[in-house]
Amino acid sequence: MAMTGVLRPGHIQIRVLDINVSREFYRDVVGLVETGTDAQGRVFFKCWDERDHHSIILRQAESAGVDFVGFKVLDKATLNKLEADVRAFGLETERLPAGDLPETGERVRFQLPTGHLFELYADKKHVGNGLGQVNPPPWGPDSERGMAPIRFDHCLLYGPNVAANKKLFTEVLGFFLVERILGPKEAGEPELALFLSCSHKTHDIAFVEHPEPGKLHHVSLRMATWEKVLRAADIMGMNKVAIDIGPTRHGTTRGETIYAWDPSGNRFETFAGGYEPYPDVEPITWTFEGFGHGLDFPTGTLHESFLGVVT
Amino acid sequence: MCHHVELADTGEAYTCGEEESALHALARSGRRGIPVGCRGGGCGVCKVQVLAGEYRKKPMSRCHVSESDEAAHQVLACCIVPQSDLQLRVIGRMRKAWQAPAAAHAPAAALAPPAHTEAVSHTACIGIGRTVPRSLD
Repeated sequence: MAMTGVLRPGHIQIRVLDINVSREFYRDVVGLVETGTDAQGRVFFKCWDERDHHSIILRQAESAGVDFVGFKVLDKATLNKLEADVRAFGLETERLPAGDLPETGERVRFQLPTGHLFELYADKKHVGNGLGQVNPPPWGPDSERGMAPIRFDHCLLYGPNVAANKKLFTEVLGFFLVERILGPKEAGEPELALFLSCSHKTHDIAFVEHPEPGKLHHVSLRMATWEKVLRAADIMGMNKVAIDIGPTRHGTTRGETIYAWDPSGNRFETFAGGYEPYPDVEPITWTFEGFGHGLDFPTGTLHESFLGVVT
Repeated sequence: MCHHVELADTGEAYTCGEEESALHALARSGRRGIPVGCRGGGCGVCKVQVLAGEYRKKPMSRCHVSESDEAAHQVLACCIVPQSDLQLRVIGRMRKAWQAPAAAHAPAAALAPPAHTEAVSHTACIGIGRTVPRSLD
């Protein structure tokens, strides 16, 4: 598959209640690599195997949740074209200047129908994964510290009108639908949850229908293997991290998973597995009755916290 | 030193360790449906009214606890560490666990169908497996 257009989740800015506590947590427990701070007091991190300057941004605020999510696109021409396409779709867009995020080029920002601020950008400084570009070893010190996820994999966002998000992402931004969860038959089986990919992954972003706009369900961090997910579970136990669900396997996307909360109550996921869909796949459907196993495949438990606890 | 966390509505009391949150003590009751959410002050499901007693606070989201709430001792149980015996009343989502029999406890409203879905009344939303009044959530 030729990867063009929108490439991948590039960054997410998360609001935290105490920046010092959260900085230690993401650096020492999760095991992200800190790459800088800025005049606003934001702290920038990347996962060890990511090569751009940052992916996870922390900002101290009075409430938890997500400020914005950014996806990297192939190049400036793609950015300009997608900006025009999003406007033609009927959304207002805004340009944020290069340097507004450190080491990052111009960003095109717009508000999704679900209320989230979403950005596209073409440039972010390559800082590498610490292993070098010539004859690199397979891993290094950063890959062994804390849970050490390898990348910001996807996020799940809650808000109203996911149907309009689906239209935007599939018809304008070049994503395809990989899986979906339907509502009850008596309600006409509306699509309540959508798992969308712009790549070869089961999801690069996902949305769940929810009355309040702009909510964060979780930030997902990619682990190389199921064994690394289990190692992350041990680290959570050692550090008394609040676990929501897992370790278990999702039926939906087949991912191996733990959901847990950061010190401000933002949910994050350590995630491995899944499968490799191409854009021509037929989407997989989970019925309302079947979704318990979609969430937690071995037990079929519909964990209430999954449904109602968001920031 | 242990303190006690007492629920004013029922008179039930649970022990709470020196460094434990009041939510820990309530969860110890083993009652079904206690919304032990994020435990970090972000999600707001464990809001309580403290009626008496001293406590230490951790930061909690202003989405769920305004400055006047905080001044009136309406706080998140996960973010308060009792410094004396504490008497409190559960408010918000946690009320359900103490008001209703466990079997009747309704799940949260998320994964509800879109509000514009014609088959669904605007006053109700579908939780997983049953219909619940939106006011509960």
